Amino acid sequence: MGKKLIIMSHVSKRFGDQLVLDDFNLYINENEFITLLGPSGCGKTTCLRILGGFETCDEGTIEFDGKIINDLEPNQREINTCFQKYALFPHLNVFDNIAFGLKIKKLDKETIHERVMNILTMVKLTGYENRAVSTLSGGQQQRVAIARALINRPKVLLLDEPLAALDLKLRQEMQYELKEMQRELGITFIYVTHDQEEALTMSDTIVVMNQGKILQIGTPEDIYNEPNSRFVANFIGESNILSGVMKDDYLVEFCGHEFECVDKGFKKNERVDVIIRPEDFDFVPPSKGKIVGTVDSLIFRGVHYEINIMIAGVEYTIHTTKYRKIGDRVGLSVEPNNIHIIKHIDHA
Amino acid sequence: MMKKTLKRKIPKLIGLLLTIFSFIIIFTPILVIIVLSVNASTKGYSWEGFTLKWYVELFQNDVMKEPIINTLVIAFSSTIIATVLGTIFAIGINALEKKKRVQMMVINNVPVVNPDIVTGISLMIVFSLLSFTLGYYTVLIAHVFFSIPYVVLSVMPRLKKLDPNLYEAGLDLGCSRISGIFRVIIPNISTGILSGALMAFTMSIDDFIITYFTSGAEYMNVSTWLYATLSRGRSFTPAAYAYNIIIFAVTIAIILFVNLKRDRKEKTV
Repeated sequence: MGKKLIIMSHVSKRFGDQLVLDDFNLYINENEFITLLGPSGCGKTTCLRILGGFETCDEGTIEFDGKIINDLEPNQREINTCFQKYALFPHLNVFDNIAFGLKIKKLDKETIHERVMNILTMVKLTGYENRAVSTLSGGQQQRVAIARALINRPKVLLLDEPLAALDLKLRQEMQYELKEMQRELGITFIYVTHDQEEALTMSDTIVVMNQGKILQIGTPEDIYNEPNSRFVANFIGESNILSGVMKDDYLVEFCGHEFECVDKGFKKNERVDVIIRPEDFDFVPPSKGKIVGTVDSLIFRGVHYEINIMIAGVEYTIHTTKYRKIGDRVGLSVEPNNIHIIKHIDHA
Repeated sequence: MMKKTLKRKIPKLIGLLLTIFSFIIIFTPILVIIVLSVNASTKGYSWEGFTLKWYVELFQNDVMKEPIINTLVIAFSSTIIATVLGTIFAIGINALEKKKRVQMMVINNVPVVNPDIVTGISLMIVFSLLSFTLGYYTVLIAHVFFSIPYVVLSVMPRLKKLDPNLYEAGLDLGCSRISGIFRVIIPNISTGILSGALMAFTMSIDDFIITYFTSGAEYMNVSTWLYATLSRGRSFTPAAYAYNIIIFAVTIAIILFVNLKRDRKEKTV
């Protein structure tokens, strides 16, 4: 990973009496694909708008490439943005939309033409240069928006839920293409989304946010496998969150049994939350399992079955390819490294 | 059978008659002026044969020349100033947060609903308090004043339709705050600006009351001149009818032009 390109330190932002960003600290590396992930209203878009220069922060500093850029206008930053609803210029055709930035830089006509044609090839829109933007499909408009931003060769591209308006198939295709583009061009992408799957697929680093605060920063694997709070565990994929007690290092008790685990450093008999992903359970014969319950409901999900199992009045969700009938008694086992222990926090 | 169809036909017939009747009421005065403008008779309303000489005289008659020129000069200059200012106001108002925007639009609409007589008299008082000499400049200021709200009203809906990120996209791609307005906002609200300008122009040409109170004794546009002539008990030359018909024709042409253009645009989009 390259050097630190952007450093946001102690950034706060209020809208009226609402605190949207609360002492926000984040650094972003060169060539990194970083995703700000969180529910709507968590401040991720505001964070992006502050980086783009469309909002000013109330407190804190934003450093870009070693310089403080708090007071720079958007057009003075080596950052371009891909807006949520694309914000293509309706009065210009595809070519002129993409050439917009270059024309302002007053490059000569041939250079502009060449660069626009090149980028049209990259976003697979060759032959569309004279089309009015209103005649394009959502996916094509998205590509024009990306091309229009990338043609200025920014150091950083900000993307604000760019795929939210596309259908599933197209979205997956674009996820792949965006990742490819980022790798090829070596540009830092800062991506905002509320879609955890999108974040896991594309990012080098995920920043999970809620209520203007960063909850966890890490690689997709880290975030998925080692969520540091109930919120993160619930927001990234589905989770079974059980309350337990830490008996000793590497030993946790929940559901009335002791389990081996890989976590340590808790106090003896400390209350903890135990997180187990639905796909991490395995079926065993009821006689061999520590956890035994009855199949309560079953949904076919395509790749797997989603089975809800009642165990001592608590419902567990399990993803498995193995079929079990409703009413079957089943035993469950979990590998020690699939048991994730986090500090218990009292909240609603 | 017969009765039923008759029952159904009667309301239709009444509707048709009412429609014809309303059209007659609306268009008879215009028809009368069209007829008078090509009538060879100079006085009274008797028909003395077809002529186009009043249309020619309109451009030769020295008495009418001055008011016509005044009307056009005021109309063009007030339209230009009001359109520029109105567009700036609209862009500014649109950028405000919602509550302030609504308040500003209420303030904007006050001159629109205010009776002309009130506007005219109050402007006259303000001008005399400032000891301005009534004449070209006071009429110009008055016309700019009453045209601006109409420009704002016709630009505003176009602005509201724009993607709020559009201007930011312009800034993002290298525009300064000013050039962003020219390169991104103005081209996308140009139809609103044009219709605002046309509205300002027709309002200015049309105006009598406000001009009457703000023009003083010397300066006259066509409507105040016509009024002055009539009130002195003189009948005016039929060239005045010709003038009205030309204005009417131009207005119709503008309305057709704007509507046709809009239809075509809606079809292509």
